[in-house]
Amino acid sequence: MADEKRKIRIATCSLAGCFGCHTSMLDIDERLFDLLKMVEFDRTPFTDIKHCGPCDIGIVEGGVSNAENARVLREFRENCKVLVAIGPCAITGNVPALRNNIDLWDCFQEVYLYDPGTEGKQIPNDSELPLPFDKVYPIYEVVKVDYFLHGCPPPAEAIWKFLTDLIQGKEPEIDYELLRYD
Amino acid sequence: MMQPPDLPDIEQRLAIICERHDCEPHRLLQILIEVQEMYAFIPPEAITTIGKHLNLPRVSVEGAAGFYSFLSLEPAGQYRVLFSDNVTDRMLGNEELMRHFCNRLWLEPGKVSEDELVSTDLTSCTGMCDQGPAALINGWPVTRLNRERIDLIADLILSKSPVSDWPPTLFEVNDNIRRTARLLGEPFEPGSAIRAALMRGADATLGELKLSRLRGRGGAGYVTADKWTACRNSQGAARYIVCNADEGEPGTFKDRILLNRYADMVFEGMTVGARLLGSAKGFLYLRGEYRYLLKKLEEVLVQRCEAGLLGSNILGEPGFDFDIEIHLGAGAYICGEESALIESLEGRRGRPRNRPPYPAQHGYLDQPTVVNNVETFACAAMIAACGGKWFRETGTRDSSGSKVLSIAGDCTLPGIYEYPFGVSVQKILEDCGAQEPYAVQVGGPSGILVSWQEFERTISFEDLPTAGAFTIFRRGRDILEAVRNYAHFFAHESCGFCTPCRVGTQLQKKIVDKIANGHGTASDLEELKQLGHLMRTMSHCGLGHTAPNPVLDMLQKFPGAYEQKLTSLSFEPAFDLDAALATARRITGRDDPWAHLP
Repeated sequence: MADEKRKIRIATCSLAGCFGCHTSMLDIDERLFDLLKMVEFDRTPFTDIKHCGPCDIGIVEGGVSNAENARVLREFRENCKVLVAIGPCAITGNVPALRNNIDLWDCFQEVYLYDPGTEGKQIPNDSELPLPFDKVYPIYEVVKVDYFLHGCPPPAEAIWKFLTDLIQGKEPEIDYELLRYD
Repeated sequence: MMQPPDLPDIEQRLAIICERHDCEPHRLLQILIEVQEMYAFIPPEAITTIGKHLNLPRVSVEGAAGFYSFLSLEPAGQYRVLFSDNVTDRMLGNEELMRHFCNRLWLEPGKVSEDELVSTDLTSCTGMCDQGPAALINGWPVTRLNRERIDLIADLILSKSPVSDWPPTLFEVNDNIRRTARLLGEPFEPGSAIRAALMRGADATLGELKLSRLRGRGGAGYVTADKWTACRNSQGAARYIVCNADEGEPGTFKDRILLNRYADMVFEGMTVGARLLGSAKGFLYLRGEYRYLLKKLEEVLVQRCEAGLLGSNILGEPGFDFDIEIHLGAGAYICGEESALIESLEGRRGRPRNRPPYPAQHGYLDQPTVVNNVETFACAAMIAACGGKWFRETGTRDSSGSKVLSIAGDCTLPGIYEYPFGVSVQKILEDCGAQEPYAVQVGGPSGILVSWQEFERTISFEDLPTAGAFTIFRRGRDILEAVRNYAHFFAHESCGFCTPCRVGTQLQKKIVDKIANGHGTASDLEELKQLGHLMRTMSHCGLGHTAPNPVLDMLQKFPGAYEQKLTSLSFEPAFDLDAALATARRITGRDDPWAHLP
C-alpha cells in the first residue's frame, strides 16, 4: 500500500449557523462513497472528533458569535491549509447577525430578567458557557479565508463540484446557474 | 422614536400641491421636495395621498422618497443641520465643530433632539470647499463656520427663530473668482449667441461647434458636436435639452459660480442647442445643495422671456419656441450620471439606465435628449457668438478652449481659476499659493490622485481630464485619511442597484477603515487591488467604475501613507476580539480565562 496516494484530509464545523450547510453537504447522497475514497474526515459533526488536527481543507459554516466560535475558528485556521467559508452565515453573519442591532445588555435583560417565563431572574455566568461577542462577525474578519461558497445553503451540486475541483488541485469553478438564486 | 405629529389637513394641503404640478408623475420628486419643506419630513399619510393623486403605487412614491438624502421619512426636527463632510471640510475642522454643536444642543448625530426641535448629521460635499467648513440648515448653505458662528446658530435654534430671520452674513456665499480666461473673462451680451446662430443658420452653427472641437466639461470629454448631431439625427416626437447642474463631485464648485454669475450664458447655450436640435423644452437639473440659487435663476429666466430670448418666437423668429424649467435634486451624487439624472427628472429614484441606448437616442420620456454640463453650455454659447476657430485658439490639440477649476484645500487663495487647457499642475499650485504641496486630487475622488513627483503633468483630456475639482494636500496631511473619506463617500452614494458597486464600495470602506485603525495587513492591500479591479470591470455605471480610483492611486503612489499602519504581512482580525467580549464580561461579571481571547 506504500504507493497509495495520501488521502486529502477535511475538517468541518458549524459556528453560529443552523447546520443547513452540513445537511446540504450530505445531500450529495451516494456520491458520499466516492468522496470517502478520496478524502478522510478529521474534526466534523460526522465523526464527532472534538479537536482539529493538521488538515488540507477546512470548511466552516456559521458566523462568529461567541468566544468559543472564535477559538474553534482559530484552531481551524492554524490546522487547515485551505479554509472555506460555506453559506452566508460564515460569509456575512446572515440571520444570527440580526441581533447586531440589539444592544447586548437589553437582550440579556429581556431574556433573563424580564421574561415572565424565567425563574431565578439572574444572568448566567458559568465559565463553561461560551461568552457572546457584542456582535456576530463574518469569519473573514477573524481569520484569513481562502474561498467563499455562496448559497443558503449552497446546493449539494455546488458543494460537490467545489470539493472535487479542490481535491483535484484545481481552482474551483462553479456554473453560474448553480449560484443564481433569483 | 418620535411620535409623528397629527396632521389633520394634510389631504387638502397635498391636493393643492399635486394639482399645481398637474398631478404629473414626472413631478413626483418636486412634489416630495415641497412636502419635505412644509412638514420637515415626508409623513406616511403624504405618501398615500400623493400616490392617489399621481396614480402611482404607494411603493413608487416611498421608493423615490427613500432614495434622496434630503428627503426624510421620519421627523427630522424643525431645524435640520447637515455638516458638509468633504475632505476640505475635514481639513478645516468640521468634526470638531460638529461635536461642539452637538454639545451645545445636547444632540447626538443622526438623532432628533428630545424636544423634537433639531437634528444634525453629515452630508456629502455641499460645494462650498473654498469657504468651508460649511453646512446646510434646512437646505440653506452656511459658510465659513467657526466656534462663534456655531454658538450663534445654536442660540438662534434655541430661541426658535425662523431661518429666514437669521443674520444674512451667515448665508453669505462668495464667488471667489481668482483668474479668468476666455470663458469668464470676455464680456457676454445676452442674446448675442442666439442672434449669431440665427444669422448663421442651424447647420453652419453645428459646423462651428464641430470646428471648435468642444468636449464635454463634466469630465468624460465626449465631443459635444457628435452628441448633438446624434441627437439631431434621432427620430422622436420631441427633443429635450438638459443641463446637468448636479455638481456632486466632492471638491467641485465651479457650476455654482457659473449659475450665480453667468446664468445668461448657460441658458443661452441651451437655447442655441434648442435651435440646432429643434427642441422646445429644456431642463436645468439643479442639485439640492444649490437650492438657494433657485429664486435668482428663475428671475433670470423671466428676464430672458421678457427680452424675447425664451418663450415663443424667440428674437422674432417664427416657430422658434423654447422654455427652460428648473428641476431640483435632493441630495444624490449618482444623479450626476446622465441616465440617472433623466430617471430623476422623470420623478423616480436616480438609478442609472442601461447604456446603450444613449440619451441622444432615448433620453427623457424615451425621446432624443442632450445632457451636458453647465460649463459645456456656457462654452457652446461662446462658440455660437464668436465662432469655432476663435474657441480653438486656446488649449491643446485634443483639448480646445479653457477649463474652469475649483481650487480648494491647502492654499492661500482658494476659489475659481480658469486656465487654457494644457496648464501644468505646478503652475496652478504656484498661482493659488499652495503651501508645501504634496498631493493634488484632480477631478475629485473619481479622478486622479497626483503626487508631488507628477506636478509637471497637465490639465487636459490627453493627460489629466477633470470636471473641475482641484484639491490640494500639503506635506504632512494624512493621505490615508483623505482616501478613507472618499471611500466612505462612495459607499454612501452608491445607488445600490448593482452588486459589484453596492457591496464593493462597502467592502472597500471596511478594509480602508481596518488599515486606518491599525488592523491592516499585506493581504488587505491585495484584497483592495482585486476588489478595485472587480468594481472597475463589473459595475453598472461610472460610479462603480471610478470608486476604487483614490484607493488604487494611494496604493501605487503613496506607500508611506499606509505602510506604517500595517501590523503584519499575514492576516490580522478586523477588530479587537477581546474588546468585543468586554460588554458580555461586564454583564455576566465573568473574568475567567474562557471569558478572554488573547
